[in-house]
Amino acid sequence: MPVVEISALTKTFPKGNVTALKGIDLQIEPGEFISLIGPSGCGKSTLLRVIGDLTPPTEGTVLVNGKPAPKARADHDYGMVFQDSVLFDWRTVSKNVGLPLEMLGWDRAKRKSRVEEMLRLVELQGFGDHHPWQLSGGMQMRVAIARALSFEPSLLLMDEPFGALDEMTRERLNIELLEIWRRLQSTVVFVTHSISEAVFLSTRVVVMSPRPGRVAGIVDIDLPQPRTNDTREDPRFFEKVTEVRELLRGVGADEHGSVLAEAGS
Amino acid sequence: MSIVAEPTPRGTVIKEIRTRAVDWIPALVVFVLAIVAWQLIIDAFHIQKFLLPKPGAIVRAFWDQRSSLWSAGWLTLKEALGGFVIGSGLGILFAVALARFRRVSNALMPIAIAANAIPIIAFSPIFNAWFDPLSPSPRMATAGILCFFPVFVNTLRGLTSVRPAQVELMRSYAAGELAIFRRVRVPTALPFVFSALKVATVLAMIGAIVADYFGTFGSLGITIKNSVSLFDFETAWAAILMASILGVAMYVAVSIAERLALQWDPTRQERGSG
Repeated sequence: MPVVEISALTKTFPKGNVTALKGIDLQIEPGEFISLIGPSGCGKSTLLRVIGDLTPPTEGTVLVNGKPAPKARADHDYGMVFQDSVLFDWRTVSKNVGLPLEMLGWDRAKRKSRVEEMLRLVELQGFGDHHPWQLSGGMQMRVAIARALSFEPSLLLMDEPFGALDEMTRERLNIELLEIWRRLQSTVVFVTHSISEAVFLSTRVVVMSPRPGRVAGIVDIDLPQPRTNDTREDPRFFEKVTEVRELLRGVGADEHGSVLAEAGS
Repeated sequence: MSIVAEPTPRGTVIKEIRTRAVDWIPALVVFVLAIVAWQLIIDAFHIQKFLLPKPGAIVRAFWDQRSSLWSAGWLTLKEALGGFVIGSGLGILFAVALARFRRVSNALMPIAIAANAIPIIAFSPIFNAWFDPLSPSPRMATAGILCFFPVFVNTLRGLTSVRPAQVELMRSYAAGELAIFRRVRVPTALPFVFSALKVATVLAMIGAIVADYFGTFGSLGITIKNSVSLFDFETAWAAILMASILGVAMYVAVSIAERLALQWDPTRQERGSG
């Protein structure tokens, strides 16, 4: 059974009568790492939010693990990571990571051992008693990832999580994220502006076109796993980057410039 | 922005007290200099004591009449404290109730802000007609109504100024309104509430003393008023000193509570690594 099954999805915002998404069909199988990429206004973040039931679809259906999205949300089927790490300043790192477990009603002892396990996973042991603002941006994002994974959701939704980080931190976190993904065998839907990041991380890259947002094409990334820093220098990596870039050019991304400019690695 | 950072060592309490004491030294020096200047200027320019008594004379009067000043102060403090607790409590309660209903709060907010600008102290004599003037109720009402509006307005603003992303994150965990209220709205509102409470302590004391002027037997306000009409300016100033001490004590008490409750607040401390 696919983890995500989207059919004939349309999303319009009544304000200004904007059609954000039109006629989207997409299936995501268990264990896939899917990137959504496209120029600004292509609705990639909206698509992620519809999958996560943070905004309802106007038409069409979204099934997560075979259930309607609201049911999946109520069942805690997915973890969410936003561009801003969205940590709570008044909670320590440990309590931030344990927040979803609190909502699930786990007892204190069970929470504590899971939180420690998660902090080890993202290499933040010893920082549990710190407050988020005492950490660097990269570390804050790792806390957010640990929090999203703490309750072992079957689906991880990430909205440009590394967009605000510097290049070096971003590349390092890319590799860490892939390690976690492989170890937990989870399914990831990842929104990004960066072509190289999308190609490096994904098993498939979904290229979207703007106004209204549609799926312009899907590129299979069959680069060998596990991916390492050497992957970024593999000629096949560049082929895939070029393939995605051409697709984006076809949808008029070069008018906006941002996507192409960021991809020049 | 480093990727790897060592856990920052946590400061010991003693060290913190010492650094804080050092921070206070300049203010203390200015205070002492001002008192000395006050004393010297009165001597140098032969200023009459009905205009301004010497600080030494005020302190002497304070000490000589400490028991009557204390009982007057205690009476006024009870009025101020009662008003503070009732007014601030109602302010917080109203804000919590209205935070749930966006439309109602949008309708009431401008009215509350306008009401906040009314010189409520002008109503003080009216309260003597509404409540038993021999009980502390009319003074508590004056103090309380002065406290109510700033606490209400700021608490409501705090409860509604949550970051939308934090609410969305909670929704992604299928959190209900109550969980979002407890875990997001209340912590976000706390800094707003505490700054309002600090303002409210000052207002409560002002309200109580001004209400005292309308004839509260044995209170600080009436002590000041009567001493002035008897040309006993040292006693009037000593009563003002008592009022100041009590007002500062209330303010400091709320500040300490604030410090304890908001230890997490990044705007209140130095940054660690990162």
